[in-house]
This record gives sequence, C-alpha cells and structure tokens, in this order.
Amino acid sequence: MGVETLGDNVITTSLDKVVNWSRSRSLWPMTFGLACCAIEMMATGAARFDLDRFGIIFRASPRQSDCIIIAGTVTKKMLPVIMTVYEQMPEPKYVIAMGACACSGGIFDTYSVVQGIDEHLPVDVYIPGCPPRPEGLMYGLIKLQEKIMRERNSFGAAIGIGEVINDA
Amino acid sequence: MALTETMTVNMGPQHPSTHGVLQLILELDGETVIKATPHIGFLHRGVEKLSEERTYHQVLPLTDRLDYLAPMHNNLAYVLAVEKLFGITEAIPERAKTIRVMMAEITRLKSHLVWLACHALDIGAMTVFLYCFREREMIMDMYEKLSGARMTSNYFRVGGLSADLPAGFEADVRSFIDVMPGHIDTYEGLLNGNIIWQKRIQGVGVISAEDAIDIGLSGPSLRGSGVDWDLRRDNPYSGYENYDFKVCVEQGCDTWARYRVRLAEMRESVKIIRQTLDRLQAGPIMADCPKICLPPKKDVVNTIEGLIHQFKIISDGPKPEVGEIYQGVENPKGEVGFYLVSDGSGRPYRMKIRPASFVNLQALPQMVQGRMIADVVAIIGTLDIVLGEIDR
Repeated sequence: MGVETLGDNVITTSLDKVVNWSRSRSLWPMTFGLACCAIEMMATGAARFDLDRFGIIFRASPRQSDCIIIAGTVTKKMLPVIMTVYEQMPEPKYVIAMGACACSGGIFDTYSVVQGIDEHLPVDVYIPGCPPRPEGLMYGLIKLQEKIMRERNSFGAAIGIGEVINDA
Repeated sequence: MALTETMTVNMGPQHPSTHGVLQLILELDGETVIKATPHIGFLHRGVEKLSEERTYHQVLPLTDRLDYLAPMHNNLAYVLAVEKLFGITEAIPERAKTIRVMMAEITRLKSHLVWLACHALDIGAMTVFLYCFREREMIMDMYEKLSGARMTSNYFRVGGLSADLPAGFEADVRSFIDVMPGHIDTYEGLLNGNIIWQKRIQGVGVISAEDAIDIGLSGPSLRGSGVDWDLRRDNPYSGYENYDFKVCVEQGCDTWARYRVRLAEMRESVKIIRQTLDRLQAGPIMADCPKICLPPKKDVVNTIEGLIHQFKIISDGPKPEVGEIYQGVENPKGEVGFYLVSDGSGRPYRMKIRPASFVNLQALPQMVQGRMIADVVAIIGTLDIVLGEIDR
C-alpha cells in the first residue's frame, strides 16, 4: 500500500501543498499555561482527547515549537515574558488565543490585566469559553491547520523570496 | 564544603514544572541551592478589587477562578462567609448542606488527582499523569451534568444551591466511588515500590512541625509534618461534624509524608461521599429568605412575581448589617478563607482572601535550602500551589 506500490512512478504536486501539509500536520505548540485554561489544555493533551493523533506534541522550549497557545489571563507583568518567548520561536509561527481572558480580558477588566493578547501578538485563532472545552481547543487547532493549508508561497517566503500570501 | 563562586539561575515564569507562572530566583553553588527567592504576581488579576464593585451574588463567579483546581471549595468558603454576614447560616436546608459536602469532597478528589498527576509527571512518571486524568474526566463529566461547566462550576448560591441534582446523578456518584478506591490502589502500586519515586521524594523538602506552624502552613502540607489540624473537624462548617472521617497525619515531615497524607485523604473523601449519598433526603435546596436569596429559576421564567423578585435582588443586591466576618474552609491545599467587611451597602466594602497556596509557598525557600536543583521541582510539586490563588 501507499508509497511501496508506486514503483517507478512519480507523483507531482505543488510545493505549497507539500510544505503546508507537513507544517499543519506537525504543529508543535509551546507548553505555556498561564491560568485555568492551562488545565483544560493538559486535559486535551491527556488520554481521553489525545492531541497526539493530530500530530500535535507539546514542547517545553520555544526554540522547538511553531505555535503558542496563550492559555489563560495575560497580566501586564506577564506580557514582557510572553513577548520574549514569542520572539524566541522560529518562523513560521502561529498564535492561538485560548479562552475569554486571552481573547478579550474576559471578566477581569482591571488595572493589571491585558485586555486581549491581540493587542500585542498577531492572533491566528480565537477560542472563546471560560475555559473552552477540550473539543473547543481541538476545533481551534483544526481551524489553524485549515488556515495553514490555504497559505501560498510559504516555502518561497521561508527562503527569502517574496511574502506569504494568505487567502481570505 | 568550600564555597565556590555562586551562580544565579532564573527559574520561571515560563517553566513547565512551576505549576503556572511562578518565578524562582535560585542562587546556586554548583548544583546546590543556597537561596531561593519566589517572585509572584504574574497572574494578579485584581479579584479583591473587582469584588468591591459587585453585589454579594455577583462576586461568586470570581471565586471559581482563584483556585481553579478546586472551584467548589472557593464557592463554599465564599457563600458560607456571606451567609454568616447575613446571619442565615441556620436557615440553610439540610439537603443543600449535604450536597455541598458531597461536591466539596468530589472536588477534593479532583484537585488531588491533578496534584498527583503533575507531581509524578515532574519527577518523571508519565503513566500516572495519564491515569489520573482518566479518572479526573469522570469527575468532569459529573461537574458538567451538575452545573453545565467542566471547571468553573459556580454551582453554590448564597442560601443554598443554584439547582437540584440532575436525574441519575446519585447513581453516577455511586458508580464513581465504587471504582475510585481501586484506582487509588493502582496509583500506589505504580509509585510506592518505585525506587526512583522513593529516592526523589524521601527526605526531600523537610520542614519541622514548629516551623510549619510558625510559617502558617495548612492542609496536607501541615499534616505531613505531624500536626493534627483539620478545619473540617476542628472548626466544622456545612455539617461536617456529622460525618465520620479520619484526619490523616504523617510524622515524616518530608515530601513522602505529604504524599502519603494526600493519598489517605483521597480514601477518606470517598468515605465521606458515601455517607452523604446515604444521608441525602428530598427537600428544599434554598433557604427561605426571600430578601437575600435568589428565587428558583422556574419561578423567574414563569411568573411575573418571580421575575420582579430576581430583578430586585440582582439590581440592588441584598444589604447586610455593618460588620465584618471571617470564614475559612479546608480546601485540598489548606485553609481558604474569606474576610468580608460590610459598610451596610449592597456591595462588600472590602473582601480579603486568605489563600492556602500563598501561605504554603512561604515554606519553599526553607525547604529547598541546601538541596539539589532537581529537588526544587519535587518541592514545588509537594506544596501543591496554584498561582491563581497566590496572585489573586
């Protein structure tokens, strides 16, 4: 089956498709729990929901990951740390805002809370909920995979030829 | 040992084993920790300030998000405090009290399961993590059936409960507590005889009983040092005096002793849940105090009187007498208390939270002093801290 039965044949595809397919099927998010949502993120990674089947493996180092899940309330004291971690991640990188606090500040409209991480980072997927269910997080990750599949010139941008074009 | 040049290492706030956003500044001599300074405040959300502009009923959802591993205990501490402030503690119906105890003990199991999962994972036992989260999902399903949310339940209300138990819930709890002792045996089977587990936690993080009392430790961290103190028995609330349970104490003063205490507590919780199920009788779930408590949802959506009643309570908020009270409960991590000051208006003049983790964290510098850097992870795990509660 699969590749073995192809024999001497050749498969043609576009470079974008191969690159996007491999990127979206091996999203390695950073383990970066901030608050309550982090516990749901752990539950999503555990046996019942099992993120491994999507090729999603949590990494503890920003240098090895290509996606950051902002799981919890971002405070003004924590923001510089998040920015540092984000800057340490290699391109291409994606941001998921998980939960009401990361999306908009949630119920914590106070002096110490950043009212949505999108004020500081380019967010790709917003997941509402307080905290979102594991199914919600999985849906958000699948949406991110779909978004990556729609990118054009993703390989060219990586080697310095042009920019990534995102279809709406 | 001759002191060489020391090195300062920054552990956290982005570190997978600091259980959230805790930062530790470690001063190291080789691999030995000379001094550890915890830095907190990375999750300070201003809960105490927020509560000053909300009515007593509206503060409740904020308490869920303090110790998010044991939301029902925070709810319980808060509603008990408010009930004490309004002087309606005696009016709480028996059924509501019994369900509160049952859910509090289920929550204790839930919190201890996350503690065991993370503690073991930090030390390198991945399997325990998967098993604990499997059992935790059973509790999550019960939570969801009961309150509609998996984590932030917001189920208790001032004066009683938001809703009665859904159909079939008691059977769910019964089948859960029938299998749970066997699962606890499994965890012990995986860990107790495991030589790596023993070497990593025996004799690590020692704190004497005197020091534990001086620092103000509470919960399993205190009982692991041989101090026989449990608020459920020594200052009972919500009818805990009517239940037959043992306060688990170990003399070891180390991480191993605290591990034994928590596992024994899980078995005791199962016993208490069984007693609540046997004691559960039909009856009202809300105190008969219409000026303070919310009307049943059925009346609000069906009758105009109920709607007006709900509107009055929500928009004005019930007004207590001028005064101040404190109420503490035995959270899975220790004593969680709410100190409320009322100036006679519908909103708290001041709400001070006494978080268990915040006080327990104070023991960390003393526990890690002179230990290896790898022990720091074990000691953070054994204190079972939750940063939502520490920073508030």
